[in-house]
Amino acid sequence: MKIDLENLTIAKARKHLDNGDFSALDLAKAYLDEIKKKNKDIHAYLEVFSDVEEQAKEADKKIKEFKNLKTSKPPDLLGIPIAIKDNILIKGRKVSAASKMLENYIAPYDATAILKLKSAGAVFLGRVNMDEFAMGASTENSAFGPTKNPHDLSRVPGGTSGGSAAAVAANMALVALGSDTGGSVRQPSSFCGVIGYKPSYGGVSRYGLMAMGSSLDVIGTVSRTIADAEILFSVIKGKDPQDSTSIDVSLSSSGKKKLKIADMTPFIGDVGAGGVDPKVMENYKESLLRLKKLGHEIVTVKTDLSALKYALPTYYIIMPAEVSTNLARLDGVRYGLYKDNGGNLISDYKETRGAGFGRETRRRILLGTYVLSAGYYDAYYGKASAVRGLIRKTFGEIFKEVDLVATPTAPTPAFKLGEKMADPVQMYLADIFTVTANMASIPAVSLPSGFTEVEGKKLPLGFQLMAPYGEDGLLFDAGKDFLGESK
Amino acid sequence: MITKEEIQKLADLARISLSDNEKESLRKDIDGILEYVGQIKQVKVPVGEVWEPAERNVMREDVVTTESGSYKESLIDAAPQHERGLIKVKKIL
Repeated sequence: MKIDLENLTIAKARKHLDNGDFSALDLAKAYLDEIKKKNKDIHAYLEVFSDVEEQAKEADKKIKEFKNLKTSKPPDLLGIPIAIKDNILIKGRKVSAASKMLENYIAPYDATAILKLKSAGAVFLGRVNMDEFAMGASTENSAFGPTKNPHDLSRVPGGTSGGSAAAVAANMALVALGSDTGGSVRQPSSFCGVIGYKPSYGGVSRYGLMAMGSSLDVIGTVSRTIADAEILFSVIKGKDPQDSTSIDVSLSSSGKKKLKIADMTPFIGDVGAGGVDPKVMENYKESLLRLKKLGHEIVTVKTDLSALKYALPTYYIIMPAEVSTNLARLDGVRYGLYKDNGGNLISDYKETRGAGFGRETRRRILLGTYVLSAGYYDAYYGKASAVRGLIRKTFGEIFKEVDLVATPTAPTPAFKLGEKMADPVQMYLADIFTVTANMASIPAVSLPSGFTEVEGKKLPLGFQLMAPYGEDGLLFDAGKDFLGESK
Repeated sequence: MITKEEIQKLADLARISLSDNEKESLRKDIDGILEYVGQIKQVKVPVGEVWEPAERNVMREDVVTTESGSYKESLIDAAPQHERGLIKVKKIL
């Protein structure tokens, strides 16, 4: 049968694969065909794996075995094609974090999430583009060239998981893994019109995810339905002895039919300060109305929200501090690029790091070094850490009043390539509504909420929901309702 | 305002070589970012307030989970310069 990629979900693919309507090989080939047609223009993939068909044939063998056994059902992801962000390790394959520094680095082991996907029988299509070391908001910081937005090739797909979002949006993968430190799964999903889910911090093991901001990083999913995000998360989640910050997130539904959802208009006006596109605001109001019509209650909270407006500046202290620490390991000795400038070891370190890191990466390392240096530590890092405590407390108070918090995912639809490259602070503002969830360790999801027409092109918009720490299931309940999946 | 000399100092601490042109443009960038993030100085926070992770001091048994030597080759191979199973660096003394 002809495979309808546009409307395919994991559940539908599972049924067809098990019924023998098409094979895992047919499915993989269908995606490879799309990649061949579109990747030249979109540049979502940095590498399409050469053994995709072999992986799919292996999956077909297992599907047949399950059929013969009849005692157990095949795992949900057996034969399902998936794209992996270029900062998640798959043993024996290249993984570069879209950096010259690691251009030829081969992963010596599997990330825990990958190990779980392998035992579920997923088919890895390839590694997808990102901002270098997951720093940026547009995928323009990739050392290997930007990814383009499938809805308008003159615009960015968002970032840092721009390759993941563009691949799923353009039917170049059924689902994808990304990583989210300040909005890197949700913001590109909003720009590309797909679903981006950031689990509670620790919900997925960070083992084998290249470290950026270790107290913020989490692996997330990009998909076209909430049900797919839920299936994917249920496979990769869980406590892992290799990551002491990992937790077991329960996915049992709250059973609540009517949810209380916070309308954050006052906060949005406060932090947006004129930077929020009126069409985004209009769409946000419509989205709240949609939830209200579905029987949920929209309320304005009484909690003092003033700490939340400092989430972004606080993030841009904490995160670079962690970046400068984490990226210290890249010095040309143990892995990656090495530049011998003829001098001593220290001058080789400098030469290597100067040549290997792109501009944004160097900027953040220097910034992190500054905020951690003895003279400025208290004023910046120390203060930011305290404000972070306040932000978490504020969310604790908010969630005494409501079940979920709603904001737009991003202040604007996808912007033009090059538009924000000259001014780093402008680029950082793209994360203004997403960083709060990372600062508070809470789960959040970006849901496609409609389109706005700009210069004759329809650009997607996103609606973000945040839930209390560990209560990711609430996001799936509300998300399914919002997108009409529960019917 | 941050100076070009301070940028050089940070680059030395962070072990990154920078061209002269870049020092000036990074100085401007970092100045702008510091101005933006500096707004947190206005926030009044109670004394002793500090962020702490949800999970702390997580312990596990210190057990060997892999066969001895099973990763040696792939880890050594990842080093840009290696010889006879050893990572090679310039002399440090």
